Amino acid sequence: MKIPLKYIVRNLRTRKLTTALTVTGISLVVFVFAAVLMMAHGIQKTLVQTGSDENVIVLRKAATAEITSIIMQDQANVVQTIPSISKLPNGKPFISNEIVAIINLPYSQKENGLGNVTVRGVAPEGFQLRSNLNVTAGRMFTWGSREIVVGSSIKKRFKGTNIGDKVKFGGDEWSIVGSFDAGGNGFDSEIWGDQIQLAQAFGYTGAYSSLLIRLNNQNSFAQFQEEFNKDLRLQTLEVKREKKFYEEQSEDMALFIRILGIAVTVIFSLGAMIGAMITMYAAVSNRTVEIGTLRALGFRRMNVLTAFLIESLSISLFGGMIGLFLASFLQFFDISMINFGSFAELAFKFSLSPSIILNSFIFSVMMGFVGGFLPSVRASRLKIVNALRSS
Amino acid sequence: MSIVNVKNVFKSYWRDSMEIPVLRNISIEVPEGEFLGLMGPSGSGKTTLLNLIAGIDQPTKGSIVVAGTDVAKLNESQLAKWRAQNVGFVFQFYNLLPVLTAFENVELPLLLSKLSKKERKEHVEFALKVVGLEDRIKHYPKQLSGGQEQRVAIARAIVTDPTLLIADEPTGDLDKTSAEEILKLLVQLNTDFKKTIVMVTHDPRAAERAHTIKHLDKGELT
Repeated sequence: MKIPLKYIVRNLRTRKLTTALTVTGISLVVFVFAAVLMMAHGIQKTLVQTGSDENVIVLRKAATAEITSIIMQDQANVVQTIPSISKLPNGKPFISNEIVAIINLPYSQKENGLGNVTVRGVAPEGFQLRSNLNVTAGRMFTWGSREIVVGSSIKKRFKGTNIGDKVKFGGDEWSIVGSFDAGGNGFDSEIWGDQIQLAQAFGYTGAYSSLLIRLNNQNSFAQFQEEFNKDLRLQTLEVKREKKFYEEQSEDMALFIRILGIAVTVIFSLGAMIGAMITMYAAVSNRTVEIGTLRALGFRRMNVLTAFLIESLSISLFGGMIGLFLASFLQFFDISMINFGSFAELAFKFSLSPSIILNSFIFSVMMGFVGGFLPSVRASRLKIVNALRSS
Repeated sequence: MSIVNVKNVFKSYWRDSMEIPVLRNISIEVPEGEFLGLMGPSGSGKTTLLNLIAGIDQPTKGSIVVAGTDVAKLNESQLAKWRAQNVGFVFQFYNLLPVLTAFENVELPLLLSKLSKKERKEHVEFALKVVGLEDRIKHYPKQLSGGQEQRVAIARAIVTDPTLLIADEPTGDLDKTSAEEILKLLVQLNTDFKKTIVMVTHDPRAAERAHTIKHLDKGELT
């Protein structure tokens, strides 16, 4: 790079308007690009945080979510006898037999809109198995009653879900007596109640959706799996680490958002690249004599090409920085969408990661390169005599 | 000893399939330390000849040896390097880069050399002192008069201590007083610093300063 950087920077400052417009175009595209990736990452982070490394989950084979899984009572009884399951002080196996159902609730911010909400019936062990879940307002529901507690995201998104309100589902009225916080994971988008009460209401008698189990230690998963798979009565069921189960659920959603979002962003980026190209062609055209002079003084084609490419890359990198800076504020916003696995609403935050920052910069630099390459080649290929003559 | 030896040079341009001859069988020798003026009507080929000698264009036929190098045989990259080391340019419209200060404009050719920053500074300051603009180093071209801009351009042309100074209508865009100052400066460079100068001009007063005048008409020396 022989042509001084200050020549490039000062030229950008000279044509403030076109530089600003191009930077704006690129920053908007990078904003959308980063937002899409942050959305996908937010979903993954929320769902992955939902699962714990210490727990394993039992579901019906081929069930992609708890809502499509069914485990019969006699199978649950067999699972309880597997030796590698941790025991509670009272000698009972550390298991929560759970049922999961979907109900509709009216959105608080949409007229006549209904959203799907997961209702989870848990055993008392269910709370012990999720140590990061705390009742933060009101109180815990009373076991054996038609009381429920709601996740922190439910209160914000749905009408009639405050403490003291009653919600109708499963042929009965359920009193909301408290709300809980699970630290921003997927449980914050659920309603919890007594498994026995909810099983009756939803007609789940003698069956469960899933079993959540704590093993003797994390390393005994292989042993547990072997014992589980050996029993012929459990052949219709499968066992997974809880974290892996939620990771798998998040993958399809994140992939869908990424593909859709990136496809849209790529289309937007064509506009930004054309904008950058027009800006750079104008720069070359306005500075033809300068290019001729530089070449006459002894600067080579490659020096000119590099200078104009750096100019284009500077514009795009600056645009990328602005776009990313603006996108970073999305982290303060909560959004929700239907979890393709559970068919229920999942609330999550946009989440920024180092790889998103890197990818956004790569994307912006790529736009600058594509937009600036042809004009830079044109600048470098100008014949000195013709360039000087244009004065 | 001749520093420029142009021998049987032809130059044509092509427009579609039509050949337009610009120079026809030109031969010139320029001795070291010469101040040569090239004159002729518009379209006579004088700037084309200047461009060929300066190595920014290539002849269709013939040889051009400058300071012992046959520039017609160099490729683009070699020519660029050769120009940076051997030729200083003075253009009619000064051709300073508007976003760079006088100092930075003069420093430009030195960026292609291996000089350190400190050495470059010394060279630039000396060149600007020679042209009498040592107090304008931080000024941008738009803050200078036409005559001052041309003096910065001359400083840029001499800062690498080139073998040959090429001046294309150096007074063409200047008022009488400024033109006189520039011509005095060129004469000073020729006499005090022993610079060989090849200058294209329409201006008879400028031509008077040259030791030798060559006239071109319709691509031929007359």
